[in-house]
Amino acid sequence: MSVAVGVLPAGAQAGARVVYDYGVVRLFTIATMFWGLAAFLVGVVIAFQLAFPVLNLDLEWTSFGRLRPLHTSAAIFAFGGNALFATSLYVVQRTCKAPLWGGPALTEFVFWGYQLFIVLAGTGYVLGITQGREYAEPEWYVDLWLTFVWVLYLLVYGGTIMRRKEPHIYVANWFYLAFIITVAVLHLGNNLAVPVSWMGVKSYSVFSGVQDALTQWWYGHNAVGFFLTAGFLGIMYYFVPKRAERPVYSYRLSIVHFWSLIFLYIWAGPHHLHYTALPDWAQSLGMMFSVMLWMPSWGGMINGLMTLSGAWDKLRTDPVLRFLVAAVGFYGMSTFEGPVMSIKAVNALSHYTDWTIGHVHSGALGWVAFISFGAVYFLVPKLWGRKEVYSLKLVSAHFWIATVGIVLYITSMWVSGIMQGLMWRAYDKLGFLQYSFAETVAAMHPYYVIRATGGTLFLIGALVMVYNLVKTVRAGAPAHERIESPLGTRSAQVQPAE
Amino acid sequence: MKFKHALLERNVVLLAIGIVVTIAIGGLVEIVPLHTIKSTIEPVQGMRPYTPLELVGRNIYLREGCYNCHSQMVRPFRDEVERYGHYSLAAESMYDHPFQWGSKRTGPDLARVGGKYSNEWQVAHLKDPRSVVPESVMPPYSFLAERRLRVRDIAGHLKALRAVGVPYSDEMIKSAAADLAAQADPEADTKALLQRYPKAVLGDFDGDPKRLTEMDALVAYLQILGRMVDFKTVKPEQLKQ
Repeated sequence: MSVAVGVLPAGAQAGARVVYDYGVVRLFTIATMFWGLAAFLVGVVIAFQLAFPVLNLDLEWTSFGRLRPLHTSAAIFAFGGNALFATSLYVVQRTCKAPLWGGPALTEFVFWGYQLFIVLAGTGYVLGITQGREYAEPEWYVDLWLTFVWVLYLLVYGGTIMRRKEPHIYVANWFYLAFIITVAVLHLGNNLAVPVSWMGVKSYSVFSGVQDALTQWWYGHNAVGFFLTAGFLGIMYYFVPKRAERPVYSYRLSIVHFWSLIFLYIWAGPHHLHYTALPDWAQSLGMMFSVMLWMPSWGGMINGLMTLSGAWDKLRTDPVLRFLVAAVGFYGMSTFEGPVMSIKAVNALSHYTDWTIGHVHSGALGWVAFISFGAVYFLVPKLWGRKEVYSLKLVSAHFWIATVGIVLYITSMWVSGIMQGLMWRAYDKLGFLQYSFAETVAAMHPYYVIRATGGTLFLIGALVMVYNLVKTVRAGAPAHERIESPLGTRSAQVQPAE
Repeated sequence: MKFKHALLERNVVLLAIGIVVTIAIGGLVEIVPLHTIKSTIEPVQGMRPYTPLELVGRNIYLREGCYNCHSQMVRPFRDEVERYGHYSLAAESMYDHPFQWGSKRTGPDLARVGGKYSNEWQVAHLKDPRSVVPESVMPPYSFLAERRLRVRDIAGHLKALRAVGVPYSDEMIKSAAADLAAQADPEADTKALLQRYPKAVLGDFDGDPKRLTEMDALVAYLQILGRMVDFKTVKPEQLKQ
């Protein structure tokens, strides 16, 4: 694959050249956008299915029950996962001043191995192959394959840090490392299963009932905590300071919030099981730690936002920075909403309703997707040797279309979720339940239409982005540089290192 | 000696060890006691492993992703107990590999749906939900009634479950294939089956006694949900966690 040559600034190690491996970063960046579109599209389809059930088409492969895991996995593991691979493998090289350990052969194997995992998982859902565990649906053989690929990823990442030329490991790498290690632990812990036969797809989980429930939500909540938070904080710690051209606000704060965040997150899982048959002591622990988690979460938000000190004016002129900063804002909002919802009295109302769905999407669309968009807008010109994206105006258009989409999404889900919760527990004057369940379903219809509209806007925004990126890559290269196509010929590209 | 964070920042192995230790604590403190504290699962009468037909039906429930919209966990609130029945006990899912408590109620809770509706209603509803509940947004599952039930190695499924702790006896495993067919066959001799699996709902489920379909299995599963424990025999002091 292609490589890029960076020249170290004079003074550090004059004359030393670092050859960065950008080929695999390009592949992961392309995959991020490809799976992003897929995830948003399936999301829009299933959102419309809930508003208009005829769209289930009376086919087993297109029913909501099979497509919903396709949407969640595509969003979390395909879109989010590829964004994490792309950014982490870029950041680790730049901040360590070292090329990727293992070379292009290994890193490209990790790339194709991870794409194979996605395809095996996704086609499995459509065909009805699933473990029936939320966010951990892939069956045992796909899990084993992912484990193998993940270990290679850890080797590449850790190996690159080992050969760094900087004495300190930059803070973004702490977060990426915590994400890679913890996801491995969670994945192994939650997918312990006994296959019915070595030739068949079906397996049964080792744990059952209450123990299985807590194991699953220990995994499920920390998929949020480490996949969708720690990893993306790694993105924040590199791309926000780079784009704002300001140093990270507080080094001390980053240490404190890193260790407290990863320590507290692990405890928060039981808040998904309030008032269930899980023992009270575990529920209380889950609630307590979820509320405490507010602090390190906002520590990260403050560190990200305050990095803008002295550069706030750039938000007016730089829509890429706007994506990154709005993402941190959404992060702050949903990490406040989360602790509120983890309080048992609130959870009694919110659990099982659309409020949870709205909460997840303020995090997934506002935080995860926005910071990924910002990072990809930053990365693509760098990776393909362009000065800037094709059109900053289109980036700005994307920003506003997507933001309106998110607002429609989360406000409609707040209203429908709280309404649903209140209708379920409403009593009439004579002391009977006021509403049948079917009446509460009918009441959701307008909000489901609004939500689907918001999702459609978000998808349109992403299409604008892909158009903009394709134009960026296709734009003529500067005369003095020969740039290769992403998957094409080999050549070197000279660019100054930071 | 004063600890300096720079130590971790300069050594990736120490940093990784620090991360592993930090994330291990919470998980261990919360999960391990659930396996060791006896009162986690209150002892109640009536729980038994699923019959082969119920088990296959449950696997169809998983395959179709029913858990995406239906919970199986009644919380101890007045409105939920009135709407769905007695709140769920940990014991009631002790043989559920995996658990299916769910996280969302786009549709109603199903923990106690067994016996609430007739087989005919269940089949009509699964084939075309809006024919019986006009407000429903559930996908139709008419193909279940067309498809013959095909299970390659039902005994193998029971054996795998026994390996993870479900008390299937040798006899249950030996007669698994026969039990699978007998439960939905109105003409079959089901005396031994009922002895092995008390309270199993017997007879044709899908309205076509000649064929054993996926619909038979799914409805057999739905009809046993929440019916194994007899709550008349459960005393409140048993339910202290």
